[in-house]
Formats: sequence, C-alpha cells, structure tokens
Amino acid sequence: MLTAIILLPVVGALILAVIPPDRRLIRAVAVVFTLLPLLLGIYLLASFNPGQAGPQFVERVPWVRILNFNVDYYVGVDGLSLPLLLLNLLLGFLAVLVSWNISHRDREYFILLLILSASVSGVFAALDYFLFFLFWEVEVIPMYLLIGIWGTGRQEYSAVKYLVYTLVGSAVMLFGILWLYFTAGLGTFDMLELGRVNLAREFQALVFLALIFGFAVKLPVFPFHTWLPDAHTDAPTAVSVLLAGILLKMGGYGMIRGVVNIAPDGAHMYAPLLVALAVVNVLYGALVCLNQVDLKRLVAFSSISHMGYVLMGIAAGTQIALTGAVLQMVSHGLITGMLFALVGLVYEKAHTRQIPELGGLAARMPVIGWLFVFAGLAALGLPGLSGFIAEFLIFLGTFPVWPVPAVLGVITVVITAGYILWAVERVFFGPVKRVALESVGDAAVIEWLPLAIFAGMIALIGVYPRWVTDIINVTLPQLVARLGG
Amino acid sequence: MDLTPILPEISLVGLALLVIILDFFIRRKETLLFVAVAGLAVPALLTATLIGRTGSYLFDTVILDPYAIFFKFVFLVAAALVLLASADYVDRFRLYDGEYYALILLSAAGMMLMASTRELISIYIALELATIPLAVLAGLQKDARAGEAALKYLLLAGLSSAFLLYGMAILFGLTGTTDLVGIGRGLPEAAGVNRGALAMALVLLVAGLGFKISAVPFQFWTPDVYEGAPTPVTAYLSVASKMAGFALVLRFFTTAFATAAIDWPLIFAVLSVLSMTLGNIVAFVQTNIKRLLAYSSIAAAGYIMIGLASGTDLGASGLIFFLLSYAFTNLGAFIAVIAISEQIGSDDIADYAGLARRAPLLAFALTFCLVSLLGIPPTAGFVAKFYLFAGAVQQGLLWLAVIGVINSAISAYYYIKVVRAMYLLEPKTPAPVKVSAPVALALLASVAGVLLVFVFAWPIIGVTEAASRSLFLR
Repeated sequence: MLTAIILLPVVGALILAVIPPDRRLIRAVAVVFTLLPLLLGIYLLASFNPGQAGPQFVERVPWVRILNFNVDYYVGVDGLSLPLLLLNLLLGFLAVLVSWNISHRDREYFILLLILSASVSGVFAALDYFLFFLFWEVEVIPMYLLIGIWGTGRQEYSAVKYLVYTLVGSAVMLFGILWLYFTAGLGTFDMLELGRVNLAREFQALVFLALIFGFAVKLPVFPFHTWLPDAHTDAPTAVSVLLAGILLKMGGYGMIRGVVNIAPDGAHMYAPLLVALAVVNVLYGALVCLNQVDLKRLVAFSSISHMGYVLMGIAAGTQIALTGAVLQMVSHGLITGMLFALVGLVYEKAHTRQIPELGGLAARMPVIGWLFVFAGLAALGLPGLSGFIAEFLIFLGTFPVWPVPAVLGVITVVITAGYILWAVERVFFGPVKRVALESVGDAAVIEWLPLAIFAGMIALIGVYPRWVTDIINVTLPQLVARLGG
Repeated sequence: MDLTPILPEISLVGLALLVIILDFFIRRKETLLFVAVAGLAVPALLTATLIGRTGSYLFDTVILDPYAIFFKFVFLVAAALVLLASADYVDRFRLYDGEYYALILLSAAGMMLMASTRELISIYIALELATIPLAVLAGLQKDARAGEAALKYLLLAGLSSAFLLYGMAILFGLTGTTDLVGIGRGLPEAAGVNRGALAMALVLLVAGLGFKISAVPFQFWTPDVYEGAPTPVTAYLSVASKMAGFALVLRFFTTAFATAAIDWPLIFAVLSVLSMTLGNIVAFVQTNIKRLLAYSSIAAAGYIMIGLASGTDLGASGLIFFLLSYAFTNLGAFIAVIAISEQIGSDDIADYAGLARRAPLLAFALTFCLVSLLGIPPTAGFVAKFYLFAGAVQQGLLWLAVIGVINSAISAYYYIKVVRAMYLLEPKTPAPVKVSAPVALALLASVAGVLLVFVFAWPIIGVTEAASRSLFLR
C-alpha cells in the first residue's frame, strides 16, 4: 500500500514523459496520479489502528545482505508519520490544481512535481535510515529545476542556494548516519531499532550535532535559514506551497524520528541551545515580517517564525509540546500553503506583490480577499482554527520546562497578529491605489477550489483537533518515555 | 607453457592488428568500427572462460583472481563504449581511423594486464602498453591544442615512468625480488636495515602512479590534455586509464606494503584531501565542459583514494565499486558531450543554453550522469559515495569522511551550472540536435549502466567484495 503511494506519482511522471503534449491530457494525468495516492492515504487513515504504537502497513523486504551492511526496504507509518504523509498527499494534489494555469513547458513541470511528491512521501514512509536518506536526496534536483525554470525574480540564484544549502546539510547528515550505524553496531539502519539502543553519552553529544544539521537547514533553524526567503519568494506558486507546506516539515519530522529519538541524551544536552535558537527563529522571523514590502516574502518569513514554534516544541520534549509541534507542522502546512496559493493569485491578477502598490483588493476580488483574511486569521492563531490549537499546545507543553522562552513565544503571537492584520489591511482594504487594479477579476472555480479545501481542513482541525492529535498520541508516548519526560 | 591466462590480451592485440590490416582493404569505415566493437566479444568470451580460476602463471608474471577478471571485463566494456562513441569523431581524422581503433584496443590490452600482474617488470610493460597509445591518440586530431596535449601527456608520462622505475629499482634493491608478494615478505626486514630507502621508494612510487590517476599534486597535465585531446580519447583517459591506474595502485600497495611498517594509507588520505578540494574548487570557475569534467575527475580521484586510505578490504571494495560506477557515469557524461559538440560545434557551457528544448533526451542523459557524479539517487554515484564514505567511517577516519561529504556537497555548485545552462536558459536557436546511431547506443548503454548499477548495487557489491578479498588473501 505504501509502496503504491510512493510509486504512483513516479508512474504518472513516466506516463507524462511519453504522452503527446496535450494540455488537458497532461493535467488529467497529473490529477489522477496525485489523487489516487491521496485516496489510498485516506484509506490508510480510515484503517489505522489507534491501539498500535508501532508502525503499521509495514512492508519490509531485505534489500542488502552483505558483509558490513544490512539495508531493508522498510516502510511503514505510525502516529508520527501518518499525519505528515497525508499532508504531503493532500498538498501534492492541491499543488496540481494550483498549477492549473502553468503554460510554459507544462509537461516537464508536472513530471518534476510528481517526482517531488513521490520522494517526500518516501521520506515520511521510510523506516530505514538508508532508505530515508535516499528519498531525502531525490527531492533536491527536481526542486532546483522547479524553482530555476518556473520561478520569478532572482530564481536562478535562489535555486542554486537551495541546492547547495540542502546538499551541505544532507552531506553532514550522511556522515552522521554512517557514524551512528557503525558505532551502534547493530548492523541495521532500522530507525526504530536504533531508537531503542542506549548509546554512550559522549557519542550522542557528537552524533546529535551531525544528524541534526541537515534537518536544521531544512526546517530551517537560524542561522541556516537564509535560503528560505529566497527560495520561497522566487519559486512558482505551487512550489512555494509545497516548499513551505511539506518540505520544511521533513526537517521537523527528521529531528523527531531521526535525531531526538535516537540520541535522547544529546537532545537533553542541547535543549538549551535549541530552545534559544527557537526563540530567535520565532522572534526574528516575526520582526522581519513587519518590515516586508513583498507580500510573498512576508509569508516566507512568517514560515521561519512558525517553524520556530516547532523547534521549541521539539526542544521542550514534553508530551504536550511534542504533540503541539507535530500538529503545528500539519497546521502550518495547510495555512502557509493556502497563503502562498493566495499570494500567487493576487500576483497573477494584479501583477505585483508589492504591498505599497496594492490596496482595496477585497472589493475587486471578494473571494480571494475573504479567503486571505481567513488564512491570515488562522496564521495569527485565532481560536477555532488549527494554528491556535497547535501553538497553544506548544506553549502549554513548553512553559513548565522553559517558562521564559514560552512567554517570549506567546508575546510573539501579538507581533504576528500585527504584521498579518497590517498586511491584510494594506492589500485588501482601503482605497484602490492604482488604476490598473480597478479591473482585476476574482478567482475562477479551479482557483478557489483548492483554497476551499485548505480552508475546510484548517477549520476542521481547529474545531476538532483530536482526530489528528489522537493519531499523533498513538506513538508519541514511547518517544516521551525515551526522553525521560 | 599455459597461455590461456593471457589469451584475452593476446586476442585483443590480434584484433588491433586485424583492424589495421583491414583498414588497407575496406572502403566503408563503418565496417571497421563494427569489426573493432564486435571483435571485442572474443576477448570477453575468453575472459569469461577464466572466471573462477585463481593462481599465478607464466613464471609468476600473470595472475588470475576475481580482482583481475573483474577489471578485464570493465576495461573491455569501456573500450567498446569509447569505440562506439568515436563513430562520428573519426571523420575528423579520416586517414587514421584504422589506427585510431587499433590504438584504443592496444591500450585496453595494456590496462587488462595492469590489473592482472604483480611482478615489477610486467607491471612496467603493461603500464607502457596502456600509456603510449594514449599519447598518440591525444595528438591524432593534429591541431595546436591536440599537439600540446599529446606532447604534454607523453613528456609527463615519461617522467612519471622514470619515477616509477626508480621506485621499483629501490624496492628490488631492498628485497632482491621483482615479485610483489616477495617484496611484501622482504620489506619488514629491509625496512629495519634501511628505512630511508623504503621511504624514498614509497614517495617515488606514489609520484609515478599518482600521474596515472591524476592525484594532486601530479594532476597538472589533466585539464590541458583533457581539453586538447579528441573527446572520445578524453573519455577513455578519464575512465579506463584512471581505472587501470587505480587497479594497479590498489594491488601494488596492498600487496607490497601490506606488512611494511610504514603508514602508506595516510599518504593517500592526504592526497585524497588535496585532490578532492583542489579539483572541486578549481572546477568552480571552468567555462569549458571538458575542463570542468577534468577537474571533476581530479576530485573523483580524491574520493577514490578514500578507499585506499581506509586500507581495509571494505575500503578496497568501495574503491572498486566506485570505479565501476564512475566508469559508466563519466563515460556517459563524455559521450553526451561528444554528441552535443558534434552538433553545436562547441564545448563551452554557455553554448549548452536551452539544450533541454533542442535535445531533451541528450540533456536528460547528461543531467543524469552529472547527478550521478554528484552522488544523488537514483544513480550509481549515490551508492558508490555512500559505500566509500562508509568504509572510511568504519575505519575511524572520521575527519576524512567529513571532508569527503562536504566536498561532495559543494561540487553541486559546478555540476548544476551545466544543468542550469541546459534547462534554465533559453536556446539561441531552436534547431533540434541529432545524434548518430552508434553514439546514441553508447550513450544509452552508459546511462542504463548508471541506473542499473544503482538498482543492482548490492549484487554488484557482492562481486566487488569478492574481488577485494582476493587482494587481501595470500
């Protein structure tokens, strides 16, 4: 089942490579091969057994059995990975819808989008560190090309920056994986089994740093974040949706599964550092947002701020904080995905993203305007929407351990509200600043359909978060016990 | 006298002579290419009959073991691909195409011998048989650049041979034998008597062999020769010749210095760091694809030497696997370059602009090979690097592994420049690029090799492990 989820988009990509370049046919294939995995994912969700903490839907085939190496093709999902896998499948499908109007080299575009989606699914499904790393690396080149070819602005620079940052991060991670493998001496890359041995404290202190580096670049953690604003801003709309929506989450997920769970003593040792960096992320991201004139760049920096909360939850390491961190990843994936999709629409209609040049758009494009208000409110943590629950849980879980950072985090919510409301006010309300904006149209059906799905999901989690947190909590207690918390 | 152990080499030399003779009579030069490529089946079959045989033959000058047989096959495949890839290129030296094919085959025979001898004089003969044809090939195009390339290669090859001979002479003087196994036995005692001589022999040998594998600081010839030589010859140099060099180095050092109280792996660790780092950094500023690949191959020599630096059979197995993966990858890259430059008449990366629109398959093939050089899945290069670095980590060479992975990551910056030109830039002209059938076949085989070595990495590693174990068993 999981193999089918990973491979279907690849099959779709291969089909796209050989079919005639007909616009409708290309989109049909892309929709089918992202919708099918999504439906399979929903089936997984429906048949997920909440009483089983370990991985489910496991497929395990011995792959390598040689002198020094044992690698398994080992996939499975548990409470930690299932929500994120589903998020990826949903975003992959929505990204195709968001990309509907791509006209430049659309066949190549959808091929790359499908490969990207498949590799991210692989990351969340893999339970063997070798396999995990393999999927982790596949994503880089398609993403480079997506940003580089279909991006705007300084897209080439941003694409290379993304590539080099990611690869340096994963290079160090590779070193960490190998070091872990040989030091643990289990003769397996099984991430769960590696998460059961107790490694020497001194070793954990070192390998923790090597392992977390790649994930820290991805999340991103200050000061390795500088690729993010460039890549997110210059990427085409749907790719920004995926970047912010799911690729950053690979970092958070990797930290939990691949680092904290394997080197819990290391996590304790570096918790002060991580919390400090988390606060910097949160505050710095929010403060920079106040100063942005490009609407897309603003959303990008808000991602840095919001991912800081994830890091804070991971560093705190309590059950509640970790639940919040995972939920925040899901929630942020939806909210930021929606915001990027909206920014893309604004840009497409108004031909500018510069906040000072915009104004009064709500009157001209009420659907986009009000959906933006909705997403903005979700982003600033309005109760009843998903962002509130997630951040609330993080603060609640962090406060007993790290009171001051938690309070700083809460205070930042005020700044967040400030920059979002201020941006919404300048872009969508007030007088129309330019004559050209008088005639902009509203969203077409294919444009607001994905947005409505985003909004529905955000509200659904906001009103009844337990259907996600219950899944997360199937697996988290094990991790928390390992952390000794 | 049992000649069967060198029948593959003998038949290969015979094939080369046959090609030269046929060249007098055959008008259609395509036939000649066909004879050369199809004729390779004979040495391949003869090699296949040797599988499973181990031992020392012909007065201990030729040995057979899984290691030797593995490399014999790889050289034959490399020669076949290079011959196919030369199909269009030989038009540029119409009069010499018979000689061209023959020289490639002769050099291959030398390389095959290099992998299957452990006797100093035979090593030297094999090395020269492999090298001298390459010097001629490098100059075959007869323009100023080719002339410079050929002369540079010949002079430096001669110089490195001199170093090598000197080093061998000292080893002989210390131990009184030309057999590497005997040297290995005699060295610990000899080293006690004259440690200075041993150290000097080691330095001279490293210098002499370092030339073949273009390890820094013996790499100076590489970019100029790679740029000036006909591109198929460059491909041959960068793949087969380098592999033969490493095949020899690995056997030489693990056999002769196995028990010597001297830390030769450390020398290769240092050379490895120098090669990776210098190769990668200088590659950053290259604008010519052949020069870029030249520096990339210097960096690759650095990665490969990590396998030597581990000094274990896992390291050696990693080295052998890397060579195989590198052979397909780099051949694929060069064959794509051959096909492209044949059409657009340039090796400047800037002229690759928009190639993805003009020749989607060609651009994809080159990208796939570059991705493999970079070490990203799903390619052979990914497993090769993973496996090689694993050997270093297992051996506790953490610093070397870290330098290796970082180097590998930053190399993305220049490989991606080529991808950028092909995919991100707009074509200057929309004219599609066509590829001739033999070159397309060679390219397809290489790219398939890159993918298949990834897919079947583990069975193949089983083979390379057997090959590496046969080196360490005595």
